[in-house]
Formats: sequence, structure tokens, C-alpha cells
Amino acid sequence: MRVLGIETSCDETAVAVVEDGRKILANLISSQAHLHEKFGGVVPEVASRAHLESINPLITMAMVEAGMWVADIDAVAVTVGPGLVGALLVGIAAAKAVAVALSVPFIGINHLEGHIYANVLTNGPIDEPYVCFLVSGGHTMLVHVPEPHLYELLGQTLDDAAGEAFDKVARFIGLGFPGGPALDRLAQTGDPEAIRFPRAAIDRGYDFSLSGLKTAVVRYVRDERAHVREPAPEDIAASFQEAVVEVQVTKTLAAAADKGVRTIVLGGGVVANSRLRSLMAKGAEERGFELLIPPPELCTDNGAMIASAGYYRLQRGERTELDVGASPGLPLQAPTSERDPA
Amino acid sequence: MLVLGIETSTSQTTVALGSEQGIIAATVLSTGKMNHEVVMPNITHLLRWAEVPISSIGGVAVGLGPGLFTGMRVGITTAKTLAQILHVPIAGLASLDVVAFSVRYSRRLICAALDAKRGELFYAFYRPVPGGITRQTDFDVGSPSRLTAELEARPEDVLLVGNAGLVYRRELEEAGKHVEFASAAYSFPAATALVELAIPRFMREDFDRVYDLKPYYVRKSDAEIAWDKRRRTG
Ligand SMILES: [Zn+2]
Repeated sequence: MRVLGIETSCDETAVAVVEDGRKILANLISSQAHLHEKFGGVVPEVASRAHLESINPLITMAMVEAGMWVADIDAVAVTVGPGLVGALLVGIAAAKAVAVALSVPFIGINHLEGHIYANVLTNGPIDEPYVCFLVSGGHTMLVHVPEPHLYELLGQTLDDAAGEAFDKVARFIGLGFPGGPALDRLAQTGDPEAIRFPRAAIDRGYDFSLSGLKTAVVRYVRDERAHVREPAPEDIAASFQEAVVEVQVTKTLAAAADKGVRTIVLGGGVVANSRLRSLMAKGAEERGFELLIPPPELCTDNGAMIASAGYYRLQRGERTELDVGASPGLPLQAPTSERDPA
Repeated sequence: MLVLGIETSTSQTTVALGSEQGIIAATVLSTGKMNHEVVMPNITHLLRWAEVPISSIGGVAVGLGPGLFTGMRVGITTAKTLAQILHVPIAGLASLDVVAFSVRYSRRLICAALDAKRGELFYAFYRPVPGGITRQTDFDVGSPSRLTAELEARPEDVLLVGNAGLVYRRELEEAGKHVEFASAAYSFPAATALVELAIPRFMREDFDRVYDLKPYYVRKSDAEIAWDKRRRTG
């Protein structure tokens, strides 16, 4: 079964074709980062305009890449939330039109579930139960997954998402937008022990908080400059990253032990962060957990992860009504489809 | 030739199915809130009620605004993708033109004006000509007082049509007695008129390219306006 996956929840227009939930036949992404750069962040209206212009050529290119005709598409999956409402609506409109024009099943997918399924693309179906740490520009959450498509939220960020904090600190130390990857690169040349930043919200159960840490970075730089010292940006980057990642790893390992699962799954754009990957791998190995991490290119937003999640839901007989709209704040636990009575 | 018309650039969502012989089926939803997610189910209902398979659609016509950005994008993306996948031609028409077209039997100058939200309206002036209308001005966006001043400056009788006439009636009435407000029944661009206007274009093979079709935004995004201002002053 070949599923067309469409993802337009933020600033990437993404179209993919995935066969049987695992085999990527095409996975195209049109990044708009250059359009948002001058604004220092994603501008919703600019994103929506770019999605409208990119989505149709991208569908054609995906067919060429996959070596197939549109008529060979067996089903359509699309992100219905969470994300920017105007951006989501472009992808949803295109997905519905493809499904109706071809008379094939249509399914709406939660973007966060898509990030989990990036692992399925790489490693095949994940054996439940597992604990998943989802971390991206807009989200930081720990989830327990006792059975397929059932999500129990253990904790989430009380303020900034990790990706957001990375971007803000990156901007503060003079790196461009998006700052996350640049900060990661710079940190590799710095000393993570140089500055002991606070381990934020370590006592807040499975919730996360980063605003205090952000303030600590700003205060540290100001204090140093007051003493006519210019702190090394690579040390700030490395030490800040260490403080963020250490808490994330500690909480994820504790949650996995708490829930008695054997497997830890990572998902989301910030999983591309090299320090998170290495510290989590080390921690999981020491504690005897199996760790699943998607390759960096599947961590960022893409259509393949949506197509994969769509495939597995469709296999359970699930469908989404054609009057579905965009859900900008859609929780991971919320239903996006119904079991087909037929 | 069977043409599907999609118009979602205002708070009204409307789709129609018709040919040279007239309209076969149409739906209008105007509940005051944006209902653009029902565009696709409305299309499938029309096809089912009219008992025509989707493969019998020979062309797709769509309203390009100017209008409400999110609504326009839903209608235009739906139309473009249907045309792309069904391999049929597409024709985009300005929604203001469609509004003016609905009062083409008037002898007066026509001003079509649609609510642009945030205290502004989109508008353009038209002259009725045999068989239709011709647009006299570019699409513009501005405050009701700006349009009122423009109307005041026009010495001739004007027929004002479009939902901006409902929303900003009091301000626009100040232009003077030479401005008549068209019936509320003509307030929104109709998908039926869109189909009627598009059919001659399909006949003479005056199509648009699917990849190139874009809304008439007229107004820049807020972020771009702020950016331009910063660059000018900074
Ligand atoms: Zn994401």
C-alpha cells in the first residue's frame, strides 16, 4: 500500500510516498527557512503563502522521485495538528483533494505521532510498551505508550520548548536563525563543564522548564562583561546545552524505569542534537534500555513520518471525515480518525 | 463541459457545478464563521446529488480574491490540487469581478467592495458593457473613509455591491445620495456566477497554469509591512 504523506504544520512543505508504512519511495521537503530568516522566526502568514506555492509542484516531484503515477497512490495521510492553523489548512486542502480525486482513503495524523513514526520508518514497528521523549521547536514532552496509538502524557514543558530555548540562546550569543543546529555545532568546540548552569526543574517530576536556565545564561554573560571579561561563546553553548540535555536524559531514563518499559524512543527536530543523542545513548546502555533514535534527516519535519503513521492507522480500519479542519493545539492523546464501521 | 466552481475568499463558502446549459447543483454556507473545511464534503455531495462521477469534471474554476487570506488558500489549494490530479484545466477569476458581474445589468458605474477585516475593505470599480463588465481600476485595499472619499469624488451614480456595503454601510452612506447599495443577496461572490464566467474562458482555452495560480493578496503580511517600515526608518 502506497501512502501519500503531506506535512505543512510549520515552515517546511513536505510531501512523501511510503510503501507499507516503512519503505520510503520519495521524501521531499521544501524548506522556507530563507524566507523567515530576516524576521528572526517563523512568520505564519509568510509560511502559509509559501505552502500554497510549493505544495502542487512538490506532489508532482514526489511522483517523479517515486517513479509512479498519482493514480498509483492508495491512500492519503496529512498532518491536522498541532501547528500553525493557516499553514496546516493548505496541506489539509491539498490532501483532501488528492483523496477525493483518486477515490482513496483519507486519514488525518497528529504531527507528534508522526515524529514517533520516524522510528518505524527506520526500525519497523515498535514493540509496546515504551516511553517516548518528544522534543522539537514547539514541544518537549515525555509520553508513555502502553499500546499502539494510545498515548499517556507523563510530563511536558511548563514554559519554553527545548528548540525554542536553543534558538533564543543562539540568537543571544550571536548565531543566526534557526539557531539550534548552529548552537550544536559551536558547542562541539566548547567545554560543557566550563560554566555550571542550573539543572532546571529537576525536582518537577516529569515536567520541564527552561525559562530560568535562559535567564541564567543572560545573567552570566552580563556579569562577565561587568568584570570586563568576554565569555567564550563556544563554552556558553556547550555548558547551556549540557544543562538542557542532562535534565532531559535524567527524566527520560527515570520515566522508563518508573513505567517498567524496556524501550526508549526519541522523536522531534531537536533529536538531531548530537549531545542529546550521545548522552541518551550512554544512559540507556548503562541502564539496559533499548534506545530508538531516527536518523537526523527523519528527525526534522517530513512527510514520510506522516505517511507511516497513516499507514498503520489505516490498517486498523481508521478513516478521517472530509470535513476535518486544522487543530493548532491538538494534544497527542486526541483522536484524529475513527474506526470505519464498514 | 462540466465545470466545478469553488469560492471561499469571504466568510461564505460556496461551490457549484454547471455547464453551458446552466447550473446543475450548488451549495452556499454563510453562517458568519469560517466554514472552509466543508469545501471538500460539499463537492462530494454535489457530485453525488447530481449523479456525476468526479471524472466527468472538465474544468475547475476558482475565486482568487482579493479576500480573506486563509479562506482563499483553502479554496485555491483545493481547486489547484483537483485540477492537477484530475488532469483538467483550471481558471482563476477575481472574486471582486464575480461580485460585480452579478449586477452587470445595471447602467451605472459599479463599485464592488468586500470586507477585508481589520477595519479595511477590498474594492475596484467596473463599467457594465454588453455581455458583462470591465474593470476600470486595480484592486485596492483601504479604510471605509478612503472609499467614501473616492465615491464622493465620482460625479456619476454608483451601484455599490459586496458585503463591505453591509459591514460599513454607515460610513459609506456619507459619500452621498448618488451611491445606491445593492441588495444583500448579491453581497458575496457566488460560485454559480464563477462557473458562468469561467465557461467562456474554458471554451477559448484561456486557462491558468496550476503551479502559478495564486491569490490576489493586495495587502502584504503584517510581518512584511513591519519589516518594510523598519528598513525605511532604520
Ligand atoms: Zn515537528
